[in-house]
Amino acid sequence: MTTSAPVLPKLIGERVKRREDPRLIQGRGTYVDDLKIAGMRHLAFKRSDIAHGKITAIDTTAAEQMDGVEAVFTGADIAKILAPMPIGTPFPSPPHHAVAVDVVRYAGEPVALVVAADRYVARDAADAIVVSYDPLPAVVDPEVAMTGQPAVIHADFPNNLAVALVPSGTGVAPDLSSVDNTAVDQAFKNADVVISQRMVNHRLVPNAMEPRGVLAHWEPGKETMTIWSSTQNPHILKTMIAAMNGIGQHQVRAIAPEVGGGFGAKINIYGEEYVCSVVSKQLGIPIKWIEDRSEAFVATTHGRDIIAYVDVAARRDGKVLGLKMRLIADIGAYNMLLTAAIPTLTMLMANGTYDIPAIRTTLTEVFTNKTPTDAYRGAGRPEATYFVERAMDMLAHELKMDPAELRRKNFIQPNQFPYQTQMGAVYDSGDYDKALTAALKAANWDGLKAERDQARANGRIVGLGLSMYVEVCGLGPSSSLPTGGWEHGQVTIERDGRITATTGASPHGQGNETTFAQMLADQFSIPFEHVTILHGDTGVVKQGIGTFGSRSQAVAGTALHLAGGKVKKKMAQFAAAMLEASEDDIVFENGMVGVKGAPAKAKPFAAIAAYAYVPVPLPPGLEPGLSDEAFFEPANNTYPFGCHISMLEIDRETGEPKLLKLIAVDDAGHLINPLIVEGQIHGGLAQGIGQAMIEEAVYSDDGQLLTGSFMDYAMPRATDFPRFELSATVTPTPCNPFGAKGVGEAGTLGSTPCIVNAAVDALSAYGVKHVDMMLRPEKLWRLINGGRS
Amino acid sequence: MIPVAFDYARASSVDDALAKLAATGAKVIAGGHSLVPLMKLRLSEPGTLIDIARIPELAGIRAQGDSIEIGATTTHHAIATSALLRDRCPVVAEAAAEIGDPQVRNRGTIGGSIAHADPAADFPAVILALDADIVIRGTGGERAVKAASFFRGFYDVDLAPGELITAIRFAPTMSAAYVKLHQRASHYAIVGAAAALTVKGGVIEAARVGLTGATTHAIRLPGVEQALAGQTADGVAAAVKHAADDVPDVNVDLHASEEYRRAMIPVFVRRAVERALAR
Repeated sequence: MTTSAPVLPKLIGERVKRREDPRLIQGRGTYVDDLKIAGMRHLAFKRSDIAHGKITAIDTTAAEQMDGVEAVFTGADIAKILAPMPIGTPFPSPPHHAVAVDVVRYAGEPVALVVAADRYVARDAADAIVVSYDPLPAVVDPEVAMTGQPAVIHADFPNNLAVALVPSGTGVAPDLSSVDNTAVDQAFKNADVVISQRMVNHRLVPNAMEPRGVLAHWEPGKETMTIWSSTQNPHILKTMIAAMNGIGQHQVRAIAPEVGGGFGAKINIYGEEYVCSVVSKQLGIPIKWIEDRSEAFVATTHGRDIIAYVDVAARRDGKVLGLKMRLIADIGAYNMLLTAAIPTLTMLMANGTYDIPAIRTTLTEVFTNKTPTDAYRGAGRPEATYFVERAMDMLAHELKMDPAELRRKNFIQPNQFPYQTQMGAVYDSGDYDKALTAALKAANWDGLKAERDQARANGRIVGLGLSMYVEVCGLGPSSSLPTGGWEHGQVTIERDGRITATTGASPHGQGNETTFAQMLADQFSIPFEHVTILHGDTGVVKQGIGTFGSRSQAVAGTALHLAGGKVKKKMAQFAAAMLEASEDDIVFENGMVGVKGAPAKAKPFAAIAAYAYVPVPLPPGLEPGLSDEAFFEPANNTYPFGCHISMLEIDRETGEPKLLKLIAVDDAGHLINPLIVEGQIHGGLAQGIGQAMIEEAVYSDDGQLLTGSFMDYAMPRATDFPRFELSATVTPTPCNPFGAKGVGEAGTLGSTPCIVNAAVDALSAYGVKHVDMMLRPEKLWRLINGGRS
Repeated sequence: MIPVAFDYARASSVDDALAKLAATGAKVIAGGHSLVPLMKLRLSEPGTLIDIARIPELAGIRAQGDSIEIGATTTHHAIATSALLRDRCPVVAEAAAEIGDPQVRNRGTIGGSIAHADPAADFPAVILALDADIVIRGTGGERAVKAASFFRGFYDVDLAPGELITAIRFAPTMSAAYVKLHQRASHYAIVGAAAALTVKGGVIEAARVGLTGATTHAIRLPGVEQALAGQTADGVAAAVKHAADDVPDVNVDLHASEEYRRAMIPVFVRRAVERALAR
């Protein structure tokens, strides 16, 4: 090895800037809307403007006669070439046509579509379609809907129950064959204190910066379908497009180009994707549909929307004996890919970070005449965290205990891991007291309390909020996901010694091109710039599942690391032959491959690569080339956790809440890139605080989305927040070699209850024990002025 | 979010714009931050747009004797960062800095905001408090209208088809302030109040108060103005207590009920007056 060679720094754990950012920030990314293919035509949907009604007539005459219009399809036309859409959960589901046939069930549901020469003509023609309806009563309130009033949305689902009263927890047999309430009932009998509260975790609109878009291209000569889509999981899209078009998966290539955010709402495979593919196949031309922002508000799945009736039984010393949680999820008009499964994650995480002896949850999922819900950043876990952490705060208030002390009394202890919860989860590792203690220290909790009390003495309305959370990340194994719970990676050393790696994760803002390159650069001890990560194209990436459930690093990162290990071993064998040394003595250092104890023998990494591709002589037992792959299926999920603390002030005269401080301690295990992790936490915090303070999807009594534009639906902005104070504790997971847990969604879990806890603390002088989100100024003003919110 | 087809013509001068405006259905566009969203939602479908954004004589902020004149196509950003305004009439710059977000402020114009007359826009309250003149040109010549008579009703202003706002003119004052309750999505005013005071020796000799967001259009509050005359700082709270009485019909929407909006009127009027008084 030459002594002048610069020493390559280890990159894992370093704050490497995202290599994706320069192109994205400068507008040089290529999104679906940037793509053009010769002969491409544009598709626009006519959507229902009422929430519920029978279609009595569709007049397409005017649309068909417009210049530039090439085809018009009604729901009935599409139903001839496209079956009702499948879902990805084992629950019963009513038929769901991509374009409505006979009945519309939410405002925004597609009713017909137009194919035209350009997007403007397509829009004009869609507007020219006249649809007549026989209106039906709109079902808006899920608790009224459960009684079958004011209408039944799907004939085969009486009382609008999509999923009727599934129990879970202590005494429930895994197959639901028996439910024993003895322990739960006993816990409530033995309790000194019982807290009961109805809480609403309200509906949100995901609002990715890039709305959805699809370009489908059936090539009749080749009999292949290429579909570009703004999706989080191109391999699942490929699978579904093949099935719904009646063709083999070998005939489909799905590509997710740059994807401008998803937040879970781009996991679902949507009707628009199926429709573009079947219309392209039918007409033999490329078909493009780009969702506009108004459409995105109603046509892309919403998130959250779960009501919980929470009861907590505790001893006077703060020990929680039992928890009951009756969950009612408003899932909107239809089951989408994962819709029915999301609220089950709220059940799964019902005990949070606490060792609670007896828990009973029940879940009811209800159809309403609203946009369907599906995954949204956190997907079920923020809801669980919110309910548990609000209840713990109410209990602390009732017992006049410090909220930190109460939590500490109930934590699952470090020596209890792996910890089998009564809800069926096995928490991999954790040290909750460590995170709590770190957060109290970072926040100067006692000092903060003094500051709050001083502010109150000065007539200000100030509160402190604290929340723990535990998250489910690294989604797998296959027993938990109908798609398969593994991930795939392939590492190829090019002939010049550069590395091209493919991953089945499909990043849309996560920065995996950077973190995965850091990992591989370290693994081979070559420069970061010599590693390229490819993703999002099933023609390039052999297999994959996709990016959701904070799984990229824990699952896909591990698959790449394992593939890298295989290639590295083979490269060591070539090096051993070339350097006339034992394979076991080969070392990879500073861009060189050498022999332990004989630095002079080292050759550049590229030289070994070149030899592997022109192997003269070919070492016995070796094939030429350096490329290998790995599938990785984790044995379990990972369970990152943390503690968030906030300080919030409410304007006495106006009720306006202002966030003064946000301190977050997050434990995601070992971090590959702390800079990216902090970015992910910042985004999660913004969305979690956004839900608590300014974001809310509101429907009118007739099922119209009143917050259908950014004029009425608030997106969090940097100016809405103080500087976040972040720090970390490190509790590695045993589930993967890096000990990395995942972090994409975590920020949304602790932040929301921590803000509402602070608001309730602030208002405690006014007798307030709970307030539902969002913290509208008027609502808080009414509480201050003695009214009910 | 796709507008219907329209024709577009760029005007090179005010005379050119007025000639082009004579075309049927023509609408003026400058920054487009009120009009274009309406067009995208197909709530406005003008056949022709006359673009006045690049007419040199319409842009800029100038001192003219005892007055300051702001050209109609001056952007909110230019107003927010104007040294002249910060030095001589900071309320205008401050109000501009509260509008929307940086993207909106870089494109949106004061003339557009005033002509559009959104019931919750910020500038109308400020120019009412300043008793500003709105300078208007038509093919028949130039006229000036006081802000108080310019805003007539719900999106209804004293501007005839074929006329163009060319400038806003007002006597600058340091003793003025604008405060608002932000609607957190749009950042328009749920209630916004501007106050301009004549103060001598700590006593308010005269006050003008403009209110936006509360009713169909921005209005003056004559009852409050009279009650403030002769008051010192200590008397402000009592003087503005019944500010909502000057407002006959109060807006109701998702973000604020009538009761809440009414309650916020005296709060923000008082804050505006106190801030103006403290200058």
